[in-house]
Amino acid sequence: MTTTLLRIATAGSVDDGKSTLVGRLLHDAKAILADSLDDIARTSAERGFGGETPALDLALVTDGLRAEREQGITIDVAYRYFSTQNRSFILADCPGHVQYTRNTVTGASTADAAIVLVDARHGVLEQTRRHLGVLALLRVPQLVVAVNKMDLVGWDEQRFSDIETDILQIAAGLGITQSAVIPVSALNGDNIVDASSLSDWYAGPTLLGLLESLEPGSGQGAGRLDVQYVIRPQGALAAGLDAEEYRDFRGYAGTLVDGRLSVGDSVAILSNGQPASSRIKAIRTPAGMVETALAGAAVVVQLSEEIDIARGDTIIAGELDAAVREIEANICVLAPAKLTAGQQLLIKHGTKVAKAKIQSLDHVINVADFSRSAATELNLNDLARVTVRSSAALAVSEYQDSRTAGSFLLIDPSSGQTLAAGIIEAQNAAA
Amino acid sequence: MTITANAPTQARRSVLDALEAESIHIIREVLAEFENPGLLFSGGKDSVVVLHLLAKAVFPARVPIPVVHIDTGHNFGEVLKFRDQVVARYGLNLVVGSVQDYIDRGELTELADGTRNRLQTRVLLDTIEANRFDVVFGGARRDEDKARAKERILSLRDEFGVWDPRNQRPEIWSLYNGRHAPGGHVRAFPISNWTERDIWAYIEQEQIELPPIYFAHKRQVFERDGMWRAVTSVSQPAKGEIVSIRQVRYRTVGDASCTGAVLSAADTVPKVLDELALATLTERGATRADDRISAAGMEDRKTEGYF
Repeated sequence: MTTTLLRIATAGSVDDGKSTLVGRLLHDAKAILADSLDDIARTSAERGFGGETPALDLALVTDGLRAEREQGITIDVAYRYFSTQNRSFILADCPGHVQYTRNTVTGASTADAAIVLVDARHGVLEQTRRHLGVLALLRVPQLVVAVNKMDLVGWDEQRFSDIETDILQIAAGLGITQSAVIPVSALNGDNIVDASSLSDWYAGPTLLGLLESLEPGSGQGAGRLDVQYVIRPQGALAAGLDAEEYRDFRGYAGTLVDGRLSVGDSVAILSNGQPASSRIKAIRTPAGMVETALAGAAVVVQLSEEIDIARGDTIIAGELDAAVREIEANICVLAPAKLTAGQQLLIKHGTKVAKAKIQSLDHVINVADFSRSAATELNLNDLARVTVRSSAALAVSEYQDSRTAGSFLLIDPSSGQTLAAGIIEAQNAAA
Repeated sequence: MTITANAPTQARRSVLDALEAESIHIIREVLAEFENPGLLFSGGKDSVVVLHLLAKAVFPARVPIPVVHIDTGHNFGEVLKFRDQVVARYGLNLVVGSVQDYIDRGELTELADGTRNRLQTRVLLDTIEANRFDVVFGGARRDEDKARAKERILSLRDEFGVWDPRNQRPEIWSLYNGRHAPGGHVRAFPISNWTERDIWAYIEQEQIELPPIYFAHKRQVFERDGMWRAVTSVSQPAKGEIVSIRQVRYRTVGDASCTGAVLSAADTVPKVLDELALATLTERGATRADDRISAAGMEDRKTEGYF
């Protein structure tokens, strides 16, 4: 049987019981081995967790760095791994307090699904709205809201129902179409892996049950290859290969980010800003030569014409939409630096790096309600709509059509720091 | 014969396909964006898998970068022999940084407990500097340790080789940014997202050869701290520790002075996979004395520049 990979991200704070939820998920999915459990049991006992009835503090599972253990906080995104019979999960555990925007953007950028935590006692808070807003901007395909600490509200169906209504209304307003709300107690393990007897009124799946049933995202749209690396072995052929067969080998290596490519397809190429066209002669994947490769595959493509193609160029099945120099994007500032209009930057889009600048800073976005306000400079964790102008023509898509062709980084040319992550909302055809 | 990858009937990519593609993507980004990469290669299963992926990433060209081995002087003979066979088979350049040489020259002092894992850091950093590597690939995985769970795929090190876990560069989508300050370098971890079980399943799928000590064999061992330690010139039983011949295998291949074996009858890759499905101890917990010192053992070594 083929097992599939699902990438998930969590958003929420320690107060919502996020660490406990992640610990519970890993514990009940039997992803924590005996020696780690012993450590957790020892520390739980030392701290007197559970008081009269000593218990495991599952939040300790997610403890990482020394400072986090000392201060009882999480500082940075941590990656966890667990699997069930037919699925492997990569969980990006994003801290809720410190730099939550930067961390949530990081974790959510590759996620097929995101879990947001809400404390049943408090319902939807400002922070919940912010998390939902970031996830909506990043268009995480599936939202899962875990209403936690249901034990502390006596498993009150009405309470859950009110929170669920609030969440679904906010989600709809943000354009989130795929969402599910689940009543849980991470502390006691209700509805995490096993269905709870305390919530007869809830007919939906458990958290893990839902995660197992979700379909991983796949790149739709036209076949697209951003050339990473040109393979021309010449004298330096891998051992054991026939020198004659590979004498003039020239292959374009990259990841097929969207759609599919087949041998014989006519392709458009954006090479150093200039359009060209050719036909696919051969495709190699790690498993060998293939007729067709699909999104996600690491491929080497050979073309029927000799064209000067280098890293940063793009090969697209069919026709190339206009390559542009100006893009409208939502950006999230990831570094402790000021960003202003006119500042010299680098843009990294696909495998292309080019000089760029922020042409105009249109407005700052309040992520809780998507309201706008004017600004002349951007700081860490700000979200803003900007127009970016690139020195090189870029073959972009809107982010809603392609997470890869629709995203970019802005980099500080002197320090090399990643300043911002960009989500392309529109492209301006005018060069 | 042509194979159609992801034919409609199997459009859902398998876990190994997805992990392999992600790793090859990372490797190609690093090869393209850096001037002078190297591959840290111990002969251990994780570095063997990285080398296999590297060869796939550039096929049909030869692996274009040297392999770097930090030799503690306490390695298992079988592993060194395997290392040299692999180097010959791929036609690689091998760079060796020798901890023993540093000790012989008086530049490093043997630790009281005789273990040398911690001594590797200095030799690693010197070797990186002497060879002007601006990036080195490593086979670290995030599931190995809680400090590694927070590691980036491209991890920046300053001119002192120091890792600053509180000030890491965010990695968004699959857009990697390897720009670094002059004098610093980058560690690239292309198999960050693989688990121990993924590694073994891939070794099975690709029929990758490993050093023989990964498989069950008879060895003179004694028990210490719940681990089975081989009797070697650098690992001798203390008074009261009883030597016996047991069937064991290694889950990790490190310095013989601090790596333990597990009792095992798994003499083939499928049997190792079966054994892992029932394993109750983590890979490092079961076999690495140096990670048992404290909860932050790995974090402390990493911040100093350990791989």
